[in-house]
Amino acid sequence: MPTMKSVITVVSVTLVIAGAAAALFWLVRGRRAFGTPVERAAFAALHEASLAAPLLRDGLTPESARKAARHLRALLAAPALALVAGDELLAWDGAGRRHAAQAVAHTRDAMEAGRPWLVPADEIGCADLDCPVRSAVVVPLVVDGLVVGALTVYARQVSAGLVRAAGEVAHWVIAQLELAELDRSRTRMVEAELRALRAQISPHFVYNSLTAIASFVRTDPARARELLLEFAELTRYSLRKHGEFSTLAEELRSVDRYLRLERARFGARLRVDLLIAPEVLPVAVPFLCLQPIVENAVRHGLGPKAAPGLITIRAEDAGAECRISVEDDGVGMDPEEVRLQLAGEAEGDSLGLGNVDERLRAVYGDDYGLVVETAPGAGTKVNVRVPKYRNGVHAT
Amino acid sequence: MNPGLGLAALAVVVTATIAFGVYGLRLSRGTSDFYVASREVSPLWNAAAIGGEYLSAASFLGVAGLVMAYGVDMLAYPVGYTAGYLVLLLLVAAPLRRSGAYTLPDFAEERLGSLAVRRVAAVLVAVIAWLYLVPQLQGAGLTLETVTGAPRWAGAVVVAVVVVGVAAAGGMRSVTLVQGFQFWLKLTAIAVPAVFLVLAWRSAGAPALTGPDVPRFGRTTVVTLQDPVRFDVTAPVTVTATGTVDGRPYTGRELTLGDGKHTAAGGTALTFPPGAAVPHRDGLRPASGASWSSPLSGAGGRAHPLYALYSILLATLLGTMGLPHVLVRFYTNPDGRAARRTTVLVLVLLSAFYLLPTLYGALGRVLAPQLLLTGQTDTAVLVLPQLTQAGEGGRLLAALATAGAFAAFVSTASGLTVSVAGVVSQDLLRGSTKGFRWASLAAGVPPLVMATATHGLPVADAIGLAFAVAASSFCPLLVLGIWWRGLTDLGALLGLVAGGGLAAVAVVLTSVRGAGRGWSAALLEQPAAWTVPVAFAVMVAVSLLTRHRLSPPAVDRVMLRMHLPEEVVTGPPPLPTPRRTPTPGG
Repeated sequence: MPTMKSVITVVSVTLVIAGAAAALFWLVRGRRAFGTPVERAAFAALHEASLAAPLLRDGLTPESARKAARHLRALLAAPALALVAGDELLAWDGAGRRHAAQAVAHTRDAMEAGRPWLVPADEIGCADLDCPVRSAVVVPLVVDGLVVGALTVYARQVSAGLVRAAGEVAHWVIAQLELAELDRSRTRMVEAELRALRAQISPHFVYNSLTAIASFVRTDPARARELLLEFAELTRYSLRKHGEFSTLAEELRSVDRYLRLERARFGARLRVDLLIAPEVLPVAVPFLCLQPIVENAVRHGLGPKAAPGLITIRAEDAGAECRISVEDDGVGMDPEEVRLQLAGEAEGDSLGLGNVDERLRAVYGDDYGLVVETAPGAGTKVNVRVPKYRNGVHAT
Repeated sequence: MNPGLGLAALAVVVTATIAFGVYGLRLSRGTSDFYVASREVSPLWNAAAIGGEYLSAASFLGVAGLVMAYGVDMLAYPVGYTAGYLVLLLLVAAPLRRSGAYTLPDFAEERLGSLAVRRVAAVLVAVIAWLYLVPQLQGAGLTLETVTGAPRWAGAVVVAVVVVGVAAAGGMRSVTLVQGFQFWLKLTAIAVPAVFLVLAWRSAGAPALTGPDVPRFGRTTVVTLQDPVRFDVTAPVTVTATGTVDGRPYTGRELTLGDGKHTAAGGTALTFPPGAAVPHRDGLRPASGASWSSPLSGAGGRAHPLYALYSILLATLLGTMGLPHVLVRFYTNPDGRAARRTTVLVLVLLSAFYLLPTLYGALGRVLAPQLLLTGQTDTAVLVLPQLTQAGEGGRLLAALATAGAFAAFVSTASGLTVSVAGVVSQDLLRGSTKGFRWASLAAGVPPLVMATATHGLPVADAIGLAFAVAASSFCPLLVLGIWWRGLTDLGALLGLVAGGGLAAVAVVLTSVRGAGRGWSAALLEQPAAWTVPVAFAVMVAVSLLTRHRLSPPAVDRVMLRMHLPEEVVTGPPPLPTPRRTPTPGG
């Protein structure tokens, strides 16, 4: 049927072209001009600011300064602009690059005084009367009470308006740098917490393991030796210094060691079921993200229970992510208590779940927190979702 | 064919797929010993799983059909499908595994740090998967039609519903054990009837396969046409016809077909005398056994055989690495050593498998030459067992072949659907469980529409086109990304768009237009020979022009991670593993 065929041809070619056009539009995201001239100027200023903001959020580095200086100069409509940190010129944007060598000298007075400073024409001393860089206003960048650098705006003739604008822009830059500092301190805090968690092999566990091993030394020396080696390996893994991430295989191996030691103590009262899809074993996960969950299941789920208990650990492949769950048929928990623990407001020694939850959120975003299903007497199931790939996440 | 047995075979495969999807993880054996749990995927089983997911409708049905119709040149397909794994192993496998990227968009982001390249890669993954799914669904339609006489779309709908349903319900997460099982099922389904086929050929007096003669009917043969057919008669032949020939109705009357073109309506039955030369479907040229078996002879009427051969080889060799569902399998290996052993085993298993479709193609010319008249050479694997074995035995063999064919459609289609749904839900729907369900629909529905709206190309050719798009987009990205420091994000982006875009346009035009003649048709039908160089050239040229966008420290970091062997990276050697002794209560 030639008509049918040509209809299909036309429809599919149209679809392909429309799809390609939509994709290009989506990638390029054109912006149209609208609004009054004043509004357009405001939009332009806001746009430049929004482009510079993520760059400055990385802190003052030569690269971020070089890229941000272009947007800051556009914001001020100045002929030239310099960013200085300490006694180093980070970036010079605009005309009159031959003056860049003195840029650091120009900022000295302002940085010592800690307030905006005008650099008059005779100090710059340019012989060329047409040069756009004849005078300047310097605003020091003061972050947390410390002068970290300066923003210098050059012009042929510095006007009162330019001084005001330079001051406002400098304040905005300072706000971004303070946010950058906040980011850094938050990262440092997460790292510190991780270190704290590492050191936190529970004293109860050490004591219980060693007494359990001691009880085997006479009756079953081979088993005692085996358990001691497990204990040594577990300690080495938990106390390792490097790396924020590990592979799921390593994590599960460590959990397995932990459970072996616990079983030496609990005997037949503790049964463990591991259902692991081999596809997800190499996935990178935050270091020590499973052991606190399993420890919680053993100590708070099965510990108080008289009858034998079962812990089931599953890991399965779910498209772009990996799903891990730890389930016990123990005494369960009060959901309100779990909520407090995850919010970090619980008292007592079981900080494990809250810490894991916080670290997962810090790495993967708020969508990836722990999900706990529990009720008193109904056991507990803790679900973890981890994206298989996330930029910057690598197991070491 | 007996519809009951065929349907039973289909039902068994579908039920098994759903059951494996639901209880798949249970199969990976609950155990309290992690060492056992993690070692349970041996390289052999892993290799079988790769084969199970990889051997699609093209391998199971298409290769035999093309070899039968167009001769030994078509062996380029199985050779390329197999050797593609060697290229993958040599150039890509180990560095990609170390990079930590799970999908091709992941790799694009990891290597180039650009979200735009990531998105373009995600779109291309979807396009390649769609192109790959279309022939799977068409093959399913053809199989169900051959087995039960159901309309062409029915089989496509069955497979699409099963695959999308299981994926959306959260099952069938490409479970290694299931895919491994599917491989052995497919191998059995094609190998057992092959034994009987060889016996039938011997008992027919072992007619020559490479002689100087064109295909002839060995005995009195009744050919029933399911669809209307236009065919060429090269030597006048007297047949008995029931139905409509050349627009005139016949009821069991003798009729002499003269030289030239004739048409027959669907449902017509033609009885040919023994020794009559087989009339060929319009567009297919009768080839003597000698020309059929000599390379580059253009047997069957394909123009530009040398160009087509190189283009097919280039597409399949370089395209394998760019298929969305292939890469993931390498992560099941515990380390690089196991990955290499797995690949060697994959090569062995695939080579063994591909001997069999070739055998079907060769024997089909003497045992079932009527397929050259109906044009349904893609069904050779399904109908040959029954044509050669009378009675219950033949029916059982045919049911086995049907089961193998559906295993091929379902396993490949589900692997692809899950891969593409993962990519689509992550990159276009911001990744959530609900998003994954919608993405499964997005992955399955467009190919279903395409599969039911068009049916022009032989199955293996259609799959070759999906390989061509992969070879001209992801192959340059992977090879240059892994082995050349100078690749920039803009270069990769434009190269992907140019190579993948040109190949995709050629593919869409070809599959809508059907086969054509002349150089322009040859260039469009086998685009890889020119689109792959174009993609490489654009990536290299644009990267050299935009060298200022490179950030050497970032490139250093990624390159180091990809190329430093794992042994160097991992820390001190582990403590001696304790000898396991049986323990009470442990």
